[in-house]
Amino acid sequence: MKLDIILAGVGGQGILSIAAIIGTAALKNGYYLKQAEVHGMSQRGGDVQSHLRISDKPIHSDLIPMGECDMILSVEPMESLRYLPYLSPTGWLVTNSKPFVNIPNYPEMDSVIDEIKKIRNNININADDIAKELGAARSMNMVMLGAASAFMDIKVDELRTAIRDIFERKGDKVVDSNLKAFDAGLDFSNKNRA
Amino acid sequence: MKKLLLLGDEAFAQGALDAGISGAYGYPGTPSTEIIEYIQKNPLAVERNIHREWSTNEKTAVESALGMSYAGKRSIVTMKHVGLNVAADAFVNSAFTGANGGILVTVADDPSMHSSQNEQDSRFFAKFALIPALEPSNQQEAYEMAHYGLDFSEKYNLPVLVRFVTRLSHSRAGIERREVTDENTLKLPEDKAQFVLLPAISRRKYKGLLAKQDDLEKESENSPFNKYIDAKDKSMGIIACGLAYNYLMENYQDKECPYPILKISQYPLPRKMIEKISTECDTLLVLEDGAPVVEEMLKGYLACGLKIKGRLDGSLPRDGELNPNIVAKALGFKENELLNIPEVVTPRPPALCVGCPHIDSYKALNEALSTYEKGHVFSDIGCYTLGFLPPYQAINSCVDMGASITMAKGAADAGLYPSVAVIGDSTFTHSGMTGLLDCVLDKANVVIVILDNYVAAMTGGQDSSAFGRIEQICLGLGVAREHIRSVVPLPKNHEEMVKVFREELAYNGVSVIVPKRECVQTLAKKNRSGRA
Repeated sequence: MKLDIILAGVGGQGILSIAAIIGTAALKNGYYLKQAEVHGMSQRGGDVQSHLRISDKPIHSDLIPMGECDMILSVEPMESLRYLPYLSPTGWLVTNSKPFVNIPNYPEMDSVIDEIKKIRNNININADDIAKELGAARSMNMVMLGAASAFMDIKVDELRTAIRDIFERKGDKVVDSNLKAFDAGLDFSNKNRA
Repeated sequence: MKKLLLLGDEAFAQGALDAGISGAYGYPGTPSTEIIEYIQKNPLAVERNIHREWSTNEKTAVESALGMSYAGKRSIVTMKHVGLNVAADAFVNSAFTGANGGILVTVADDPSMHSSQNEQDSRFFAKFALIPALEPSNQQEAYEMAHYGLDFSEKYNLPVLVRFVTRLSHSRAGIERREVTDENTLKLPEDKAQFVLLPAISRRKYKGLLAKQDDLEKESENSPFNKYIDAKDKSMGIIACGLAYNYLMENYQDKECPYPILKISQYPLPRKMIEKISTECDTLLVLEDGAPVVEEMLKGYLACGLKIKGRLDGSLPRDGELNPNIVAKALGFKENELLNIPEVVTPRPPALCVGCPHIDSYKALNEALSTYEKGHVFSDIGCYTLGFLPPYQAINSCVDMGASITMAKGAADAGLYPSVAVIGDSTFTHSGMTGLLDCVLDKANVVIVILDNYVAAMTGGQDSSAFGRIEQICLGLGVAREHIRSVVPLPKNHEEMVKVFREELAYNGVSVIVPKRECVQTLAKKNRSGRA
């Protein structure tokens, strides 16, 4: 088993909470894990990414080799495209379609979506709207994790357990709304996978 | 034992705690900051009341650790690579004094400059100072090297440099812990002259330091972190230092590497191992995540020996960090066909946060300076360096910690008027105070703007040594009371701020303006934890 994921987004969007849940589930299953993060200047609204590697064998590089990544999981549409050279020809691009516009020259949305659709295996989901409809606006990340979980070699129930573990100390209500968001994302992917 | 999921920085911090340190000293700097942050929150550190406050700069940090070493206890010092420039005086001389209690000077380099102004390689400093160095290749080694390094430091009575790079500092993996060691007890050096570097003593100490080098080489030859992995194909031998070893092995994930490999994580170089690989192999490929330190040594100036491939002959790029693909190319593997980044993808540079006080300061400064040509503002290292970018375009320099004040002074000496410095609160106490004294002594015609957001913000909101004492420091250094002006950088105070800036620009002498408002990031963090 080998699962290489690039998590992408904009500094402050919280991609690391997604990484923490996948990581918790992976460790519980006795897998090896390496996860390279970006700290420092880019966190001030710049583009950020995390390389998350999970395997049943020891992992050498902290960075994923280009052309071999199994999934790009992005919480922002333009950011999902920035890391395409990493994606393997059979890899999945799973992205939030809601743009985060903090630069004056953000490209036309249609041209961004066109590029996303050129990728054979893509899921393009408005996770912000889905989270809002569920009354869990802050759970956009969990919608994205749910959508991505459809294509991961980790059991969905193990990810649910990890969500419970991570959010437990914040109370049942928070756990439930995050689980609901996760399930909504998973449901979307199952209905929309090619 | 359950594995802990830790960043490389955190693994080293846990290792140092478990190895019985009594103090951690340092100044925040990406990618090193998380070492001390981890110790500050750690229950064992709290229980043992280990020293874990931030120092004013890297030099005071190394000197404090040297004091702790004098007293017989163990310590670590942490900083980013450029911090070692600031601490160089103390660091280089610490090789002469040597250590009593163990010291690890832990420096995190930033190849590719993710968050830095240069990508200097700290291994040069270790070699320069004749201090042994460790370079972990993974998180578990980072943990182990804290124990090993402190023991080593006490065995040879020498500080040890530990070199991190960004990708190890900021990458997580599972760590297995060892048993916890007791702290050392207070014990002064047996040799009363050990820490007295008078010339006559220094000459003796230098001979001693030189004499130790052979033993240090032998230690490297037997180090658990240096490995010779033999193989059949002697057409090439590979020397892989630190993290580069991982990028090499990534290319042989499911197959054996046909070439002999020498993995190096402890310096000085293991001479016998180097001799073996270079005698047995036709060529050498040297992989280093940083400058070609080892490659240059092996190649020599005249390059008349063995053929050596690496960063100097174009087999690898001359600058920037390594990755599996760059190493694959150097090994002669066919490159993967890669998808391109579509043209619609636009750069997204970092920016000042919404509501950041620096925005209001820059707007006022720009307006006050609008009657002059551009090019009068010297700045410094911190979030406010982003004021160079549109829409502010407010600053004209960023060189090193504290340089804003002294460059403004030098430019004023040359006749530039107005000459303005913009520096953050923590940077001011780090390295700006002495420059301000130069300004006062020379009666320089400068306006020094000290942006006070109460914390070291760029690195994540660590405590600032300047907190609550900037005005007093400026008064003490001799700035006239009526020319130390505090303002509150808020949009509603714009006109008042412009007026203050203009008044002080008009004054022929040293003015200090202190815009004071807390960083919005740390304020938000406080509010969140206040609610919880």
